Amino acid sequence: MEPSPWRGVLQRLRRDSEYIAIPVIALVISAVAFSLFLLAIGKAPLVFFELVHRGGFGSAFSIQNTLQRAAPLIFTALAVAIPARIGLVMIGGEGALVIGGFTSAAIAIPMLDRISPMPTLMIMALVGALTGGVWIGLAGFLRHARGVNETISSLLLTYIGIAVMNFFVEGALRDLTNPNKPSTKPLGDAYMVGKIPGTDVHWGFAAGILIAILLHILMTRTTFGFAARVTGGNPRAAMAQGLPVGKLIVICSMLAGACAGLAGFFEVAAIQGRANASIAAGYGFTGILVSFLARHNPIAIIVVAIMFGGIVASGGLVQRRMDLPDATVLVLQGMTFVILLVSETLYGRFAFFRIDEGRDRT
Amino acid sequence: MGAPKAMMAEPLIEPAAVRALGLDASRMTKTFGSLIALDDVSFTVEPGSFHALLGENGAGKSTLVKCIMGFYRAESGALRLNGEAVEIRNPRDARALGLGMVYQHFTLVPSLTGAENLVISRADAPAIIDWKKEKQRLADFLDRMPFRAPLDVPVASLAAGEKQKLEILKLLYLDQRLLILDEPTSVLTPNEADEILGLLRGMTDRKEISVVMITHKFREVTAFADHLTVLRRGRMVGGGRVEDMSTGDMARLMIGDTQITTRAQRTEQSTGATVLELVALMAKGEEDKDVLNCVNLKVRAGEIVGVAGVSGNGQSQLMEVLSGQRPLSDGRILIRNQPFEPTREAFFKLKIFGLPEEPLKNATVPRMSVAENMAFRSFDKPPNASFGWWLSAAPMRARARELIAAYRVKTQSPDTAIGDLSGGNVQRAVLARELSGDVDVLIVANPCFGLDFASVADIRSQIMEQRNRGAAVLLISEDLDEILELADRVAVMSEGAITYVAPIGETDRATIGMHMAGHA
Repeated sequence: MEPSPWRGVLQRLRRDSEYIAIPVIALVISAVAFSLFLLAIGKAPLVFFELVHRGGFGSAFSIQNTLQRAAPLIFTALAVAIPARIGLVMIGGEGALVIGGFTSAAIAIPMLDRISPMPTLMIMALVGALTGGVWIGLAGFLRHARGVNETISSLLLTYIGIAVMNFFVEGALRDLTNPNKPSTKPLGDAYMVGKIPGTDVHWGFAAGILIAILLHILMTRTTFGFAARVTGGNPRAAMAQGLPVGKLIVICSMLAGACAGLAGFFEVAAIQGRANASIAAGYGFTGILVSFLARHNPIAIIVVAIMFGGIVASGGLVQRRMDLPDATVLVLQGMTFVILLVSETLYGRFAFFRIDEGRDRT
Repeated sequence: MGAPKAMMAEPLIEPAAVRALGLDASRMTKTFGSLIALDDVSFTVEPGSFHALLGENGAGKSTLVKCIMGFYRAESGALRLNGEAVEIRNPRDARALGLGMVYQHFTLVPSLTGAENLVISRADAPAIIDWKKEKQRLADFLDRMPFRAPLDVPVASLAAGEKQKLEILKLLYLDQRLLILDEPTSVLTPNEADEILGLLRGMTDRKEISVVMITHKFREVTAFADHLTVLRRGRMVGGGRVEDMSTGDMARLMIGDTQITTRAQRTEQSTGATVLELVALMAKGEEDKDVLNCVNLKVRAGEIVGVAGVSGNGQSQLMEVLSGQRPLSDGRILIRNQPFEPTREAFFKLKIFGLPEEPLKNATVPRMSVAENMAFRSFDKPPNASFGWWLSAAPMRARARELIAAYRVKTQSPDTAIGDLSGGNVQRAVLARELSGDVDVLIVANPCFGLDFASVADIRSQIMEQRNRGAAVLLISEDLDEILELADRVAVMSEGAITYVAPIGETDRATIGMHMAGHA
């Protein structure tokens, strides 16, 4: 019995289309539910979606704004996706972003005006990635060594991370020349990450895409990724194959933290110019939603991150035109997440996506 | 059938005194996919009898009981209670009819007291509980009971025997008059077991309740039960009054006295040097209990050592320890006199392969493809890997095609997720992965569990072939027939230790069975 090679491919395609169809349906249902919410508070849903479209994707300016905001979302979504491949639910991206952003700003202080911008930025990025990596790596280590639930520990580490930053920013590292918001010393224009030529989008967006592609290759085309997928799919089978389960868990967690740390670095070095409370803007949490919606696939994350970047970017416009509070976008995100989690239970329930393997009961 | 007659005889006894229920299950059949778990089984419990249900693991005892209790619905068959036809669609129906079950593991809420557990278990427990009234009712209830358990302390602080008593009191409190006990003594010390079974026997003698007890301990059957039914491979193979049978008869019924039919091709060969040696292996399970209690065993090149034993005596944990899924708390595994740690390098270098039980759960990643699953041993070696880290799918798939053909794995393509294959094909795919190379040590656990005859014969001859080639094979199996067919030597595992080892020619079923049951 030698089936034609195309049959398998076509069947796989049909089955895999489930992974696109279900999230799309979940998104549509979320949009409907959110419309009902808007109607209930006396606002027109169509106006809302039109404004999201205009504010996020309507003009060259808004598209660039969207991409700018997609950059940290790509990184923080990767921080969820990589641990998810090995079976962990890490939701501490916000903390790793904050701690990575803060440490990269802090390491820069003594280097400003002594070392030229390029090496300074390299060191900042490295330090940001490293501290972020240690941050989430710690949650992974605790999970492996002591059985501590990584979801809870990574979330709690987020609050510690934010507190650590506030402690230094409001204390030892506070820039006293800035009377308004407690911040670290500004980097200054010369030390900022530049824009991609011809656009208003900083290099963080390109870096995000590059790293997403690299991580996708790592997880699908290397022995490391194979071992990680075996571990994530069935830890008992991985152990029986003698795979170093603990090491794999810690490395994947560190990679995740490094991604979120880089998001923090770009927020500091490309947007804010300094570390302060503004970098804890919720990108780490939105990244969770992005990763789940992309089914933890790094390539899909790029697309979904741009979509959510648009929603975030249109927030201001929606706020002004519809007289809605800033939190409206959070309501939409929350609804989407809940509906998405419900939709996760639907995989395998639809006959269309199932392949009749002609299961011989042998 | 005996039951209707017994029913008719019932009015002759003092009617008020007989509260015990009689049960008559006739021609019950239940299948799971291709597996016939119950094949036309009829089973009668007379009111006030203490009925033992005997059988090896997988014989269908639990399935039968679950059909009676409404957890499963039998495809065919009828149930009668005290002669009246009843339909039990779910556990609630069973409970309303007066059928109660005690499980192997406790079902009480540990943080609540005994009294609280009893009251909340009632179907009609009120939203607001008048504890004064309930305590009085409980006290009255306990006065009528032949035994007591402390009701005022949290269940968590009770000893196992007291918990088990409380489980039984709960069923009596709910006015359940036919109790089904699923290996009720597996968590008890022998003294606790004797006390509780003695009390239940007293209640059945007074015709207050009937008891059905699933067990494989002959001693408990002869000491406490008055009737017994034996199941083997889903069929009712015998039964009757306990006093008419010896434990030898029971053992024969349980494990079957059909002589071994066709042995897999065994070449006569002198066995080589000791390859695998287990030295005083100790391991801990839940609650720090010793699940392996000093396991000593040697396996030489070119022989199969079969580890027999009643399920739950440490066999699964032994397999886990050998495949690196559970740490040792003490002891050593030696391969050719060298200490062995279950790492990937060691598995590879020493050519150790394994076939764990339930391969879908223990040896595969269900959502990865057949080709990927077949490459678990070799994905990080050439030609699958270049430079030690770059993965090539093409050689992986090509190798998978060869293995699929050689081991007759039925799959649409190598890219099909292995979880979509049937049990026998998953087993063959894993076998292909583990046996396709040069094997020095092979560790196998229940390789044929739940498979049909063709797959069983196939898989057994593959294992035999590895032995003939000179591999040291450790076969852990709950199927004694399998061990008698394949093994050169048999070892019996009981309570986490190897209690008996003998060459296959110098022992017999009865002796092995006695050692399995834990008394010889």
